[in-house]
Amino acid sequence: MAKTDIIIHDKKDNVGVIVIEKITKGQDCGCWIMEDDSSSKVKSEAEIPLGHKIALQDLKEGDTIIKYGHDIGKVVKAIKKGDHVHVHNVKTKKW
Amino acid sequence: MQIPKSFLGFKRENGRAGTRNHVIILPVDDISNACAEAVANNIKGTIALPHSYGRLQFGADLELHFRTMIGTGRNPNVAAVIVIGIEPKWTKRIVDAIAKTGKPVEGFSIEGVGDIDTIAKVSKKAQEFSMWASEKQREECPISDLWISVKCGESDTTSGLASNPTVGNLMDKLEPLGVHLCFGETSELTGAETVCAKRGKTKEAQDKFMKTWSSYNDFILKEATNDLSESQPTAGNIAGGLTTIEEKAFGNFQKIGSRKFIDVLEPAEEPTKGKGLYFMDTSSAAAECVTLQAAGGFNIHLFPTGQGNIIGNPIEPVIKLTANPLTAKTMSEHIDVDVSKILSREMNLDQAGDELIKSTIKVANGRLTCAEALGHKEFVMTKLYRSA
Repeated sequence: MAKTDIIIHDKKDNVGVIVIEKITKGQDCGCWIMEDDSSSKVKSEAEIPLGHKIALQDLKEGDTIIKYGHDIGKVVKAIKKGDHVHVHNVKTKKW
Repeated sequence: MQIPKSFLGFKRENGRAGTRNHVIILPVDDISNACAEAVANNIKGTIALPHSYGRLQFGADLELHFRTMIGTGRNPNVAAVIVIGIEPKWTKRIVDAIAKTGKPVEGFSIEGVGDIDTIAKVSKKAQEFSMWASEKQREECPISDLWISVKCGESDTTSGLASNPTVGNLMDKLEPLGVHLCFGETSELTGAETVCAKRGKTKEAQDKFMKTWSSYNDFILKEATNDLSESQPTAGNIAGGLTTIEEKAFGNFQKIGSRKFIDVLEPAEEPTKGKGLYFMDTSSAAAECVTLQAAGGFNIHLFPTGQGNIIGNPIEPVIKLTANPLTAKTMSEHIDVDVSKILSREMNLDQAGDELIKSTIKVANGRLTCAEALGHKEFVMTKLYRSA
């Protein structure tokens, strides 16, 4: 089994979760997709800590973040593939 | 794994079984706390449940207060109850409702007597109850006597990835054995509400869920000053990587596995439609939620945490699990079950679910939880609005 740095819930997701203490900028990360037990790779563009999310594709303002295969919020500042995805570039659509 | 078919519990007069054998001193109102605490200090083997309310409440808020008081006394983890209030009428209403279970219960009021004579009188009765309860022995009870409530707290993304699905795995394995199950946290299902509603077993349950969620959401929108930042998600959630309420909600929702809920309960309402999963309308604040679930009659609680919530409850043992390897290390005295190996893929969900079942049975049999050993007894009444 390849080393897992990132877990992705669903094939439709455009973000993954860091599951090691942190990833460093420029790291080639191994991803595991839970839904179908498949693997992929992504290169990080930032240092991202455990539990935080990484973008799996380029995202522009107004795009929807998909996790668990569902809508979890909107992009408020463009995000590059491999970037850190969090409160600085994503907001709720609810409150 | 072969799932145990029984546990060692305390059989109660009404046919329920307890995982604990508490004698509680229950104040009806805030001003009776001092008396209740003095009695619990005098008489070993009793615990006082002080809280902040119970005066001048009215309408639905007062009814919830009574339901919480009565339900706490009725819980099978409680062997006997002393109720102390400033006035006799509300005290008697609570005593009479608890008495229907058949367990020993007695009420006292302070007005016209004063604290000191009340404490003396109550202490004598509390001593009698405590010594009576100490004779009770654990007996073999079917696993279906477990009523398991769940609530997560200080969640992070590891909760949705692993610790909440571990609870879901336990539910999938134990529901067919006839246990009662309960999840809540109405506001924290925001974003996943339509997906959650579809888990209602009947159209009636689905509609009742949407009505309950909408009413809670309307209240939040009415009172919210900005975007609820640092309240939902909390600063701890955000530090742990959770970005939005929707993300938190989908993580939260993993706790029910693939189960469907039979009915939607009012806060602190005891379920009456038989075995299976129930949704209870609760706040998402940990101590408020667990207090309401305990008042609904649930006798053991599972609490997944990411960043390390430390909550306990005076009558319902709270088992904590985490999948966050840092929390498991830095806050080990609070964590009963460590499932962080799911993240490194050295453990799968099936194995984690089995570990949680083993720990649940151990605690049901009497093993102290971390929260019990550390003295966590958070008893927090939910208040719906200002008093009159």
